[in-house]
This record gives sequence, structure tokens and C-alpha cells, in this order.
Amino acid sequence: MSATLFAKLWSAHRIASADEKSDFLYIDRIFLHERMGPVALQSLREKGRAIRNPTQVFATIDHIVDTRPGRPNGTRTLGGEKFIDALRESVEQTGIHLYDLDDTRQGIVHLVAAEQGIAHPGLTLVCPDSHTSTLGALGALAWGVGSSDAEHVLSTRVLKVRKPDSMRVSFDGRTAEGVTAKDVVLYMIGSFGASGGKGYAVEFAGEAVQGMGMPERFTLCNMAVEFAAFCGLVSVDETTLDYVGQNRPFTPSEVDFGHWSTDSEAVFDREETLSVRNLTPMVTWGTSPEHALGIQEVIPAVADCRNTSLAQRAMDYMAVRPKQAMQDLRIDAAFLVSCTNTRLEDLRKAAHLLKGRRVNKNIQAVCVPGSTQTRLQAEEEGLDQIFRSAGFEWHEAGCGMCFYAGGDTLAAGSRAISSSNRNFEGRQGPGVRTHLASPLTVAASAVTGRITDPREFL
Amino acid sequence: MRPFTVVSGVALPFYQANVDTDAIIPSRAIREVSKQGLGRFLFANLRYLPGDEIVHPDFVLNRPEYAEACILIGGSNFGCGSSREHAVWALADYGFRAIIAPGFGAIFFRNCINNGLLPAQVTEAQAQELAEGARKEPIKYQLTVNLKTQEIALPSKKVIPFSIDADAQQQLLRGADPIDMTLETVGEDILAFEQKDRKNRPWLHSNPE
Ligand code: SF4
Repeated sequence: MSATLFAKLWSAHRIASADEKSDFLYIDRIFLHERMGPVALQSLREKGRAIRNPTQVFATIDHIVDTRPGRPNGTRTLGGEKFIDALRESVEQTGIHLYDLDDTRQGIVHLVAAEQGIAHPGLTLVCPDSHTSTLGALGALAWGVGSSDAEHVLSTRVLKVRKPDSMRVSFDGRTAEGVTAKDVVLYMIGSFGASGGKGYAVEFAGEAVQGMGMPERFTLCNMAVEFAAFCGLVSVDETTLDYVGQNRPFTPSEVDFGHWSTDSEAVFDREETLSVRNLTPMVTWGTSPEHALGIQEVIPAVADCRNTSLAQRAMDYMAVRPKQAMQDLRIDAAFLVSCTNTRLEDLRKAAHLLKGRRVNKNIQAVCVPGSTQTRLQAEEEGLDQIFRSAGFEWHEAGCGMCFYAGGDTLAAGSRAISSSNRNFEGRQGPGVRTHLASPLTVAASAVTGRITDPREFL
Repeated sequence: MRPFTVVSGVALPFYQANVDTDAIIPSRAIREVSKQGLGRFLFANLRYLPGDEIVHPDFVLNRPEYAEACILIGGSNFGCGSSREHAVWALADYGFRAIIAPGFGAIFFRNCINNGLLPAQVTEAQAQELAEGARKEPIKYQLTVNLKTQEIALPSKKVIPFSIDADAQQQLLRGADPIDMTLETVGEDILAFEQKDRKNRPWLHSNPE
């Protein structure tokens, strides 16, 4: 019988049915971070409950920790030390794995989970962070949960889950030079809307995805959540197996993962196809990732938007107006941040563009590698020197300005271009205006001081 | 957890699409490793002027007519965005018992169930009608939400049905601790699965380090 990757993952972990729409699934691994982990661990302790298998529980410190060189303030988040201390204390009591700040394996949970092989094909993995979907790129069923569900998994290793329908989005054609996975996924969300994937486990496929390396596939699956999908997935192929086989401590080397892919005859509940052959770099103009458009385009009329009242509010907040050209917008800051786009390959691309160039003098430009391992590798290749001499700040690993943490601040009304995943009101600070784009576009815009098509520099 | 059977009270109209968890409670308000005491920061960015001390007189939650509100009428995709459960803890701590909306963020929905807060799904038109009613005659417009019959009774005696998954409904009605409930219903299945899985996937049941 032919089956989708999603169906295979689901049935391999299904232990019982809960009602006609939900099943109990076995959860193989759970990853915690300092912002959401401590409450779950504390609550378990208060109720006298044990962790069912601490060896499969992982934690790191990424969300609110200062990312500025030397981490001068530990954390600038009010009361943040309490979260970091509480996590460390719980780890000591329970014996779960922790990648602390002095550990070279520390970083944003979703990067660490991939680097250390904690996520690999065929697994179920949850984390109290919505972008856990990132790891679906490895052919794993990975999604974000709340704190109570995290507690539930720690204690029982199962979770009651409403079964989503399956959807495949196929991207036809190869993208042109200067056009990346970030542009592809923004194009998809722009095309179907920010709730286009609601109720679906979305598998990404097609020629464009086949041609992507793992870093780009992570970017696609990361943004599946911005599409309101339950999770993102990519079928296992040679590219996945290559990545998984690179000596990753928590991935067994003797296991064959080749079958964690969708069979050729398998049927999805919904199929969509998008051609990306003529796609240009994309950028968002508003406060939803669906407010995305080609970088050469002008902002649409409110009446032409999917949700007009939302669009009007977004234009007011972002201080933009219909017919304005994206490339005319001046920016105050450029951020290479977040689990979406701060892998080594992202930094290499941005550095390649920045080499021999300088950031516009009016701009605050910051690069926050997603993991310490990424930072160290980048430094070994001399990328930090390129960023620094271009005028970028070079930070330590963490979430940083992805969500107004990490020690950086921007004044209300500032305009930022960011390689992250959310452009909601206030995401990067009260009144801050965020434009989402690829690392290449962020780098090009940092140089000119306005939103800029990176293809001008390639 | 307090069981949810029937709840009656004033409804707060907050009919906006895509209200995300950061709008429900901003990150800066999360200062303690605790689920308690977050009601003060519910909708903090809208409710207070910068500084979190002076209330914004125009914001709907601050208007005296809605002081007793225990039901919130939201727009589509309510609670989208991050997995931050503090959004639900803040709503519950403030005194809300039910959210009526045309749709919910998936993680937010689960978080509601786990905390005894009812996420009742209605159509867009019904949500709009309820929000209109709550806006026009706030105090008189008392709603009664019955979880067993899955119905919302309006002051006009009109009844609007809402949907919720059977299992989620059961959990709310019982008010039972979800972990206890799981162990009670599938405790044996977990053991059986693990026993088999130990042979199939030994690496998941031992420590590779
Ligand atoms: S980088 Fe941003 S989106 Fe990713 S885990 Fe951190 S806060 Fe969440």
C-alpha cells in the first residue's frame, strides 16, 4: 500500500485512538528551552511526577539570553535570570541533557536538534516552541506544543493529537540565482494566505525542493507555521541521508532511514503546485507573512488584499501606502537572525555579498549565528571578519532580535529588514516595523540603506 | 482543574482576525516561572499606556460595562503565533471561562483545553453577530454557554450551536487532570508500545552518550 510520509510517521507512533478525530501518539524526544521549559518542569515537580525517560529530554538556553559579544547582561529580559536559573536547577535534579551557555553545542533549539542528530528521520519530536516544524525537513514529525502538553509528554511520553489532513505543495522549476528558500516560502504564503495550511501536515516537494540542501529545506519547514500548518515535512532522499550520516551523536549510524518518504502512488488530501521558475526575491510589506510581494513590485491597494481591514491596519502600522515601491523604503536596521535563516550556508551567502562592501552608515546591522557551532565554523572560515569589516555586529548564538530579546533594542517607528519569520506588530519591539526577507536581501539592504534586490550585487 | 458545564455572563467583543499570543500577553510581562498572576498583563500592549501602570481608557477591556466579562468573542485565527501558554493562563487568571471565535491557533486551542478554558468554534457570521450584540448593549447582553449541548443562548432566546472535538469536550466537562486521564485510559498501551519499541528502536530507550 502506498502511503505519504506523514501517514507513515503517524501510524508508526499511534498507540491508541482518543476520539474519531484524535489519536494518542508516542513522542520519541522532547526539547526544552529556558523560556518555556522551567514552568513545565516545576509543575511536574510540584505534583510529584517523574520524567518518564530523561535520556530523551534535551534543553538549551537560547530565547532570552543576551547575544551581544560576551553576553554582558546575561539576559536583559526582566526577570530572565530566574528562568535560566530554574532551568539549570531542574536539569540538575532530573538528569536531562542541557546545552548551557558554555557548551559549544548551545544554540537555537531547532538548530541544535538537527546538528546533534536529536531530530532524525522517522521520529516524533515536540518542543514548547511553534517553530519546531523546522525539523520536519529531516522526515520527522515535529511540532510545537504548549507548556501543559510538554508536561504531559515529559510525564507520559504520549500526546493526544488531532490528526491533520495531508497536503503537498510542489514547487516546479529551479529558482534563479539570488532567489532562495525564504523567497519560495514567502511566495507560497503570499499566494495561499497565512492560514492557507491550517489543519494540514504540509509536505514540500517538486524540483525546487529536490535541488535544495538541508539548510534551505529547514527554512521552508520553519515557515510552515507561518502558513498555519500543523507541521512541515520533506521526504527523505540522498540529501537528507548525507546530512543525517554526518556523525551526529544522537542519530544511530546503523539504521536505514531511506523509507521515510512519500510513496510515488500515495494520495494527499490536497495538492497544490506553484512554479518558482520566474520567482524574484520576496519581501513583506505588512504585519502578516502573507503580506509578501516581489521586491521589484509596489504595495497593493487595500482593496486588492485578502483581508482588507487587516491590510489597512498593517499599512498604518508599517507607515506604507499603496503604489509605493518596496525598494524606495529606507531602513534603520538589518538583522540576520532566527531559526529560519542563520545556518552556516545563510551566513556564507550573506558574507559573499558583503565581501568588500560596507553597510550604510545610518544602519544598525547585526548578525546572530543560530548556534555556537555555526558561529565557530563561520569564524574558522573567516566569515566573522567579513561581517565585521562590512560594519555588521557579530554576536553569540541565540534567538536575539527575532522576538525583541538578546539585548538589542530599536526605537518605536524604526524600520528593520530581518531574516526571521514573524513580522507581527511589536515582534521586534513596540512600534518597530519588520520586513521579512532572505539573508541575501537583508545583506543587500544593509549596504544601500533601503530595501534592495540582492541580484544587483551578484 | 475546574470542570466546565454551563457558564453565563457578560461577553467582551474583541472581534479581530489574527490576534496573536504576543498581543494577548507580551513577552516582557512574563517575569516569573509561574502560571499564576498573569491576568494583570492580559492584552498589556493595548490595555495600558507604556509603562504598564496607566490604563488606556478607550480599550474595550477597561470599560466599566465589561468589568465582569467572562466570555470573549474573538475573530478568526484567535491565539495564533507562538506556543506561549501564558496567553491562556492570562485569560483564565483574568476570569475568562470561554472564548467564542470562528477559529483558533492550533497550539492555543490545545492550551485552552489543558487549562479548562473553553474554545467554542462558531461561524464567521455568528461571531460577528455575537460581537455586535455585545458591543451594542453590553450589560444586558448576557450569554449562556452550555458545553454539554454545545449551545450558546442569547438574551433574545436565540440559540447558536458551536463545535468542539468530542475528546476535548469530555476533558473540559470532567475537569480532570489531563495526565491522570491519559494514564488511566492508555497507560497499558504505552507500556505495550515501549516493550515492542525497545527491540525495534533500542537507541530511543538508552543513552547514547
Ligand atoms: S529564533 Fe525566533 S522563531 Fe526561532 S525559536 Fe527563537 S524566538 Fe522562536
